[in-house]
Amino acid sequence: MAALSIAPKSKDDARIARQLNRHARRVEATPPGVCPLVAQLSLLRDGAAQTCGKCVPCRDGLPQLVALLERVAACEACEDDVARLRALAEMVRDTADCAIGYEAAEALLAGMDEFSAEYESHLLHGACRAGVGQSVPCETLCPAHVNAPAYIALVAEGDYAGAVNMVRKDNPFPTACALVCEHPCEERCRRLLVDAPVNIRGIKKYAVDQAPADTVPPAPRSVDTARTVAVIGGGPSGLTCAYFCALMGHRVTVFEAREQLGGMLRYGIPSYRFPRERLDEDIRGILGSGTITVRCGERIGAEELRDIVGTYHAVYVAVGAQAGKRLDIEGMDAAGVMSAVEMLGRIGDGDYPDFAGKKVVVVGGGNVAMDCARTSVRAGADEVSVVYRRRKEDMTALPAEVESAVAEGVEMVTLEAPVAIEADEAGRCAALVTQPQMIGAVRGGRPAPVPADKPQRRIEADVVLVAVGQDVECAPFEELGLSAARGRLDADEGLRAVWAAGDGEEAGVAVACGVAPAPAALRNVFVGGDCQTGPATAIRAIAAGKVAARNIDEFLGYHHKLRCEVRVPDPRPNDRAPKGRVEVAERPARERKRDFAGVELEMTREEVLQECGRCLRCDCFGPGSLEGGRVHYA
Amino acid sequence: MPNITVNGSAVEVEEGSTILAAAQKLGVRIPTLCHLEDVSAAASCRVCVVDVEGVDHPVPACSTPVREGMAVTTDSPRAEACRRTALELVLADHGLDSTNYCFSCKKNGACELQDVCRELGVTGSSFEVERRREPVLDANPFLSYDPNLCIRCQRCVGACNAAARNHTLVAGKRGTRTTIEAPFGEGWRATDCESCGNCAQACPTGALTEKRRASYRSWETERVRTTCPHCGVGCQLDLVVKDGRIVDAEAADGPSNRGLLCVKGRSASFDFVGAPDRLTTPLVRNPATGKLEPAAWDEALDLVARRFAELRDEHGGEALAAFACSRSTNEDIYLFQKMARAAFHTNNVDCCARV
Repeated sequence: MAALSIAPKSKDDARIARQLNRHARRVEATPPGVCPLVAQLSLLRDGAAQTCGKCVPCRDGLPQLVALLERVAACEACEDDVARLRALAEMVRDTADCAIGYEAAEALLAGMDEFSAEYESHLLHGACRAGVGQSVPCETLCPAHVNAPAYIALVAEGDYAGAVNMVRKDNPFPTACALVCEHPCEERCRRLLVDAPVNIRGIKKYAVDQAPADTVPPAPRSVDTARTVAVIGGGPSGLTCAYFCALMGHRVTVFEAREQLGGMLRYGIPSYRFPRERLDEDIRGILGSGTITVRCGERIGAEELRDIVGTYHAVYVAVGAQAGKRLDIEGMDAAGVMSAVEMLGRIGDGDYPDFAGKKVVVVGGGNVAMDCARTSVRAGADEVSVVYRRRKEDMTALPAEVESAVAEGVEMVTLEAPVAIEADEAGRCAALVTQPQMIGAVRGGRPAPVPADKPQRRIEADVVLVAVGQDVECAPFEELGLSAARGRLDADEGLRAVWAAGDGEEAGVAVACGVAPAPAALRNVFVGGDCQTGPATAIRAIAAGKVAARNIDEFLGYHHKLRCEVRVPDPRPNDRAPKGRVEVAERPARERKRDFAGVELEMTREEVLQECGRCLRCDCFGPGSLEGGRVHYA
Repeated sequence: MPNITVNGSAVEVEEGSTILAAAQKLGVRIPTLCHLEDVSAAASCRVCVVDVEGVDHPVPACSTPVREGMAVTTDSPRAEACRRTALELVLADHGLDSTNYCFSCKKNGACELQDVCRELGVTGSSFEVERRREPVLDANPFLSYDPNLCIRCQRCVGACNAAARNHTLVAGKRGTRTTIEAPFGEGWRATDCESCGNCAQACPTGALTEKRRASYRSWETERVRTTCPHCGVGCQLDLVVKDGRIVDAEAADGPSNRGLLCVKGRSASFDFVGAPDRLTTPLVRNPATGKLEPAAWDEALDLVARRFAELRDEHGGEALAAFACSRSTNEDIYLFQKMARAAFHTNNVDCCARV
């Protein structure tokens, strides 16, 4: 018998791991706009390359599938080819021995269904569908299409005011997005191919730290048009619409139900994440853009709405999602139980709770749950737990938020579903009763929890904060005649409000206009932001505000072009040497959890320069310099 | 203004200039292919790569802005090798036999790919050469697109979008393959294409061509600069003349047209010159037969001058009117109205130059 060896069987496995890491990063950095068939082909080729060579379906079937799919992707296939592709894929899926074969075929089949329109376009029109084609990743994936490479280059040159105005070209909330944006721009950052995505948000934060938004005058506005625009809701979406409409020369009135402007940026996001004085910088910048009249403390009911729709030339409804969802469990009326929006809303106006000596339980797994938990820590609670019915990795909160909460002493109690709230004899909340869960099959792309065969659990709680989502208060708008579906106001892609069927008197339109109902094309109501999408991110609300402003401008018969007046610096050659990503540091947890002051620290000039130097300037290199390679419309 | 050196010679250029512009200022030749000043800045072909001191890879001269103190070498062995490889790749895409060899191509002799290959000594491709034969789109009466000759440099896209602003011809996708969607196939009438031909003038190869190119070879022709005889913009164009006949028109870089033309300037401004039914001598009506008969210029002009003078003296200048041809130049029309006012004593002047 031969002697044994401790050497690995395949000498290259360890080295392959490094190659695979590059492979994984390349997949992760797949440019937006790539043809879905090409993405599928790439996955299928990986499958074919991994075959061990034993079984016919996988060994011979996958390469044949690759050849067929290549023809479809190149628009050289006919319908018969696609039928053969499907039939062969089904055979491979059904007969392959191991997952290398059957999963590759299953993925292909799933993609054929998912992207059937793309297959059809390749077959019938000999081309990809409209919209396929690469563009600058960060700019494309930012919902507001902010020109990130340009402001990064401006920060590198030390032109912070220029950077702020470059952001403002598309987004009047440079500070908000510098501090709390979920930065979808970084998701497919091409730098990931080299090392890691550029810290775009961190660079923007450096810019607004050096040049606060209210010290940078916005671009000059157009001449007064004497057209009036009413904005219902002074949150990120409404104020964005107000900003751009004002720059176009329209006269804007913002109606806000609360005492102050800012919407969820003030009444939803705690100040330790977004200090109020920084929010005020953005708001002052917005209000300085033109003729904007602010009417705070005016809740708009159906009656007022009719007046507004009849009086103003155009109306933008951006009232957000303000009502906290309730849990349908026993004991919700106990004292000490409140919704997340209720607590965070009060804090927005300076009414901080005192949880000294109390045990706080937060129900939910999203960013708002983390906001509640970390706020409770700062409000002096003895113990803070987040109760969530799935696992930690299933939480919808950003991983960094969860990590920060844990660092501040929040306990993550996972796989526990709330069953009831137990109250004491005084009607005060005493505990949250939960049913333990087990993680089960994937449903709709996420592993779903199922009740575990374990006894119920009692988690002591003096305060229960419910952060399980928010609803839109649609009633006054439905009364006016706007259509609502699944608890959201309905609008088309251009954010024109969809009106409920039955355009008569009862729809309210006639009353509003004082005449017979206007044809749909003449109706002056636009809807956007959280009240149209359901609770989403600030940047999506901002993007909607910009789209609404542009479409209102067109509706009013104008075609304003807004000026930016900042020159984009010339690119330097790419710095190709891999480097680590500079992260924005936070104050130590034991210190920051005692107050509501901002948790993030400033980057240094040295750090921000290195970070800016990692930007590959996709606006100048690659498809960015081609016709159609950019996504912007300011 | 940055100071740089190109192959050791110092030059001062404007902020934001490219290396290519700096080299041109010095008279140093850098070959280009996809670059077209003010029309297309895609920077895709790598035929213009140069070496820059301190940068560890060659950079395209057409899109790299100069920086203070930059030291550029345009003829390093590495840059030249890159250029040749790039050309071999382009040639492999273009094919070596896509039109039954170069000499069957309409652009033979005027093909920039041919020229730059000759300049760099590239006579073939070491890569697998494309052999596809896709159908030629030629339903449009003026223009045709042969995708087999297309090198996807996107100069035509720049010409249609960035320069002419027609936004009709775009780049499309077939999976990973970029294609040019030229609107010259069946259904061309339904597109917004005005057949201005700026794309064809931008095309470096025989992919996008004016159909009338088939009637001549560049080396058989000479060019005569003139002003477009149509509207008042005053576009400069070069008439392409072969054996004394005008066979084509090309946009010249005039102050008002900057290398662009519309469909009339390019395709409808000269065919009448050689039209067989065009009058070539004056005709005078014979009162006896009632027929028009050829006459000498002096004879015809004397007759016209005498009769106009008689009419003027008999009925006054108001009885006469002068109407000029829209094909005339501004200068001719000026003289014409001057003659009407001074000699005919009339202010009844007009011209149909409103087309």
